[in-house]
Amino acid sequence: MTFVAKPRVHHPLLPINDIGLTRRDYEGSVSTLCAGCGHDSVSAAVIAACAELSIPPHRFAKVSGIGCSSKTPSYFLDKSHGFNSVHGRMPSVATGANLANRSLYCIGVSGDGDSASIGLGQFAHIVRRRINMLYLVDNNGTYGLTKGQFSATNDKGSTSKRGVPNLYEPIDLVTLALQLGASFVARSFSGDKRQLVPLIKAGIKHHGFALIDVISPCVAFNNHSGSTKSYDYVRHHSESVTKIDYVESGQEITADYEPGTTEDVEMPDGSTLRLSKVDANFDPHDRIKALQYVQRRQSEGEVVTGLLYVDPESPDCHDILETIDTPLNELDFADLCPGNAALAPINQSFR
Amino acid sequence: MELKNPSAIERESRAGRYVMKPTNVFDPAYFHKVVDCQWACPAHTPVPEYIRLITQERYTEAYMLNWDSNVFPGVLGRTCDRPCEPACRRVRTEEKPVAICRLKRVAADNKGDISAYLPHVPTVKNGKKIALLGAGPASLAVARDLLPLGYEVHMFDKDTKGGGMMRSQIPAFRLPQTVLEEEVDVILNMGVATHFGHEVTSMKTMLDMGFDAYFIGTGAPRGRELDIPGRQEADAHISIGIDWLSSVAFGHTDSIKGKVIVMGGGNTAMDCCRTSRRLGAESVTVVVRSGFDVMKASDWEKEDAMSEGIPIINNRPPKEFVHENGKLKGVWFECVTQVEENGRVKYVPSGEPDVFMEADHILMAIGQENHCPWIERDLGIDFDKWDCPVLDELTLQSTNPKIFFGGDSAFGPENIIWASAHAHQAAISIHLFCQGQDLKSDRPPEGVNLISQKMGVHEWSYDSAHDPAHRFLVPQADKAITLSNIKVEVELGFDRQLGAAEAQRCLNCDVQTVFTEKLCIECDACVDICPMDCISFVENAQEEDLRLHLMAPATNAEQDLYVSQDLPTGRVMVKDEDVCLHCGLCAERCPTNAWDMQKSVFHLPQLGSY
Ligand SMILES: Cc1cc2nc3c(=O)[nH]c(=O)nc-3n(C[C@H](O)[C@H](O)[C@H](O)COP(=O)(O)OP(=O)(O)OC[C@H]3O[C@@H](n4cnc5c(N)ncnc54)[C@H](O)[C@@H]3O)c2cc1C
Ligand SMILES: Cc1ncc(C[n+]2csc(CCOP(=O)(O)OP(=O)(O)O)c2C)c(N)n1
Ligand code: SF4
Ligand code: SF4
Ligand code: SF4
Ligand SMILES: [Mg+2]
Repeated sequence: MTFVAKPRVHHPLLPINDIGLTRRDYEGSVSTLCAGCGHDSVSAAVIAACAELSIPPHRFAKVSGIGCSSKTPSYFLDKSHGFNSVHGRMPSVATGANLANRSLYCIGVSGDGDSASIGLGQFAHIVRRRINMLYLVDNNGTYGLTKGQFSATNDKGSTSKRGVPNLYEPIDLVTLALQLGASFVARSFSGDKRQLVPLIKAGIKHHGFALIDVISPCVAFNNHSGSTKSYDYVRHHSESVTKIDYVESGQEITADYEPGTTEDVEMPDGSTLRLSKVDANFDPHDRIKALQYVQRRQSEGEVVTGLLYVDPESPDCHDILETIDTPLNELDFADLCPGNAALAPINQSFR
Repeated sequence: MELKNPSAIERESRAGRYVMKPTNVFDPAYFHKVVDCQWACPAHTPVPEYIRLITQERYTEAYMLNWDSNVFPGVLGRTCDRPCEPACRRVRTEEKPVAICRLKRVAADNKGDISAYLPHVPTVKNGKKIALLGAGPASLAVARDLLPLGYEVHMFDKDTKGGGMMRSQIPAFRLPQTVLEEEVDVILNMGVATHFGHEVTSMKTMLDMGFDAYFIGTGAPRGRELDIPGRQEADAHISIGIDWLSSVAFGHTDSIKGKVIVMGGGNTAMDCCRTSRRLGAESVTVVVRSGFDVMKASDWEKEDAMSEGIPIINNRPPKEFVHENGKLKGVWFECVTQVEENGRVKYVPSGEPDVFMEADHILMAIGQENHCPWIERDLGIDFDKWDCPVLDELTLQSTNPKIFFGGDSAFGPENIIWASAHAHQAAISIHLFCQGQDLKSDRPPEGVNLISQKMGVHEWSYDSAHDPAHRFLVPQADKAITLSNIKVEVELGFDRQLGAAEAQRCLNCDVQTVFTEKLCIECDACVDICPMDCISFVENAQEEDLRLHLMAPATNAEQDLYVSQDLPTGRVMVKDEDVCLHCGLCAERCPTNAWDMQKSVFHLPQLGSY
């Protein structure tokens, strides 16, 4: 960590977004994480993505659990709403926040311990409830904050810093999310912002539950030669199956790829995801094939990254519950609490 | 984009593409250039180092560091042309430069006894005798450099005191005599044999005196003439600016009557108008043939003149002096306007009718010229068509190997800091010449030392935090007093407190970001923390391409890119030096110390350094 706050002064040519802000206006307070922690890069990617989307910072709600990863919402978007909840319970808070004010963009940040160990139950349910949010997991295969115990995403046989092997099977959050009906599933690497930033932009704009499992090395406890979540290991064993560009509605699509390998996915808000498949056998619209692909490559020791599955049409929790379009905080008292006259017939219907 | 980067020499990469070569930070020029102010200073004064000494209240050391490289810190802290300030990094990162010049004055005003720091001058001489012609800053600085090596130094000047134009031209309201005398005397007291009141009328006679080498520092003493109708007839009311200023400085002139027009736009014009204002002129107006922006005077000189109520009228070339029987009535001026033709500024008639301005006295300050009629042209000293001596630009040796030039006499009128810079080079040349060595191949090389500033995990031996303060204004004395007495210094200078606050604005550009490839794990921490987006990890390319594909475009081609060797991912680290704050956050964030903050100490060879 640093003790010196990042000076406010910035590069004179820093781009200004559509609402007159620079990337620096989306930052948070100075990070207290270890120098070199992958989580800081994820925060930087969130900052870049939000700025590029030109969404006003106060239109975001950020929620998290407990862990080094869950501390990071303090380090981005300091002019937004936020709730740092208890260990493994971010999904409950996110669900409440999203139900109460559906107009905010909700970003959850969690860790592998927070989501795959203590919070696994909550994780499973927020996926199947399809809360409209971006759920980021800063996955370092360890409990960083409590000094390096194995987490549930740690691969069997990989070792701790002291050389002790992990004896248990790993939980793969990407596989789980695919099984439980998530409509946007991706994996990325904190050290690859070119991939991560467009994924975050798409995840924020996606209507429905979007999971990005970001391998984010813990330099303090899990960046050694026996680890499968180290900078070196991920760089040598990751394989990007799709490249995406996020294109705002009305913007010209400029990226050019080999013909036949690209596909434009229309998002409900008019924006476009330009997908290019690196592996022609891969189909990001087929949940079962995506599952198989990820698992097969995993068994070969490879980490598949990129956008793995997307369904822009699927309903979110509000659609399922047929809730009112207006956020609850904008309803006046009479509408929110219509009184006995409205309650009586409802009660009557249950008798 | 024109590229000036020495490391831009491209090499062929494995894939057959041209890419940038890794930067060699041990090349003394590389980090020297990053210290913008020091690079811009003709004498290469170690600016950030003395500014840090001021923040530590070590004024004497700060003064001596200056004295070593620019010789006249007290004088320069009030009068320097400050090429360092427009170059200051703060201009690019924020807005206004650090008040580098006025901080020099803080060191001078607050210093203690310097005698213990002065170089030792041996009593037993080395047997070589050197003649210095002129006692201006150039000759004085040569004397200072040569004396500690045992040379017998003789200085000749037609004036009765040393100092040259620092004494005869710069008015006392900008430079008090006591300040000048103190710094001149320090050098004279090192053991200069002075021959003052001695006008040199023949160089041949000087050569016959048999000195081992000669340094000519007689300045550019002739004010330029203006040949327009009425010039001769009205002569009694027209003075050459520099002649008039020296007659004021030496007490021969103590008033000026009526309406005064100062013609010219350089620093002489500014000193003439401000001096007239103090000597009783009814009105003073500066009239310049060119536009305001292209005037030779610095912005602050123009501001100072205007703040004393002196109007500056531009784009008015003079046409004719109007007189009645030799009594000046005024001047006709033409009206012109600036036009750009093929990228060059030209002046064409604006179409407005000529203007007549009443005047009782004209001060002409339209330039100075080299003029040495006393140097016979058959002594092997060649002169060019502008009457400047033909010199080697590095060694300052003339075509007569015994004779060296420096200061205004060398390449035409410059300023005091250039005089000091020439003097150091000329002194080295004179020394090599007297020792029978080659002036170029035996010249001592430049060097650089890199010293880590790390003191603990997050502790640096310099104040790394960025200070967002704006430039502080130098307090001035009450105008009622300064405008009525030519001897009262206008600026009061920063006191210690203001000086310390201004000193904090310095970005410590000599504390360098030094990158060690083999330690880097490419975690991006430095990229993310850098407030100025200086650092990028990218694929290597040709410089033009690379400059456009960084975290922020590197459009200032004057500033170098620092390129690493290839990293494990095949990329390179590229740092744009342009707007780095030297805040050290990259080094604090780096988990492996691949970044370190190291002070670059540039070694400029110089004789007799203390
Ligand atoms: C009005 C005015 C204001 C200026 N203000 C500034 C300023 O604010 N800051 C700045 O940096 N520079 C300023 N300058 C420029 C600066 O004064 C000169 O660049 C500098 O003094 C040059 O130094 P020098 O040693 O080459 O020569 P000079 O200072 O000109 O000294 C030459 C000496 O040689 C002597 N000499 C000449 N011929 C003979 C001879 N034949 N025999 C004997 N002695 C001789 C002269 O008497 C003089 O003492 C100013 C100049 C003028 C005219
Ligand atoms: C209810 C509860 N149980 C245990 C803890 C102790 N604890 C704090 S953080 C943490 C693990 C965090 O791991 P992860 O979510 O992977 O975050 P990381 O620090 O690795 O980013 C644990 C077990 C706690 N704070 N609360
Ligand atoms: S302990 Fe690990 S996860 Fe936590 S801040 Fe340090 S490097 Fe990051
Ligand atoms: S900030 Fe300081 S070191 Fe940097 S250029 Fe300006 S004065 Fe020199
Ligand atoms: S010192 Fe490092 S972090 Fe600070 S501005 Fe320069 S490159 Fe960026
Ligand atoms: Mg973890």
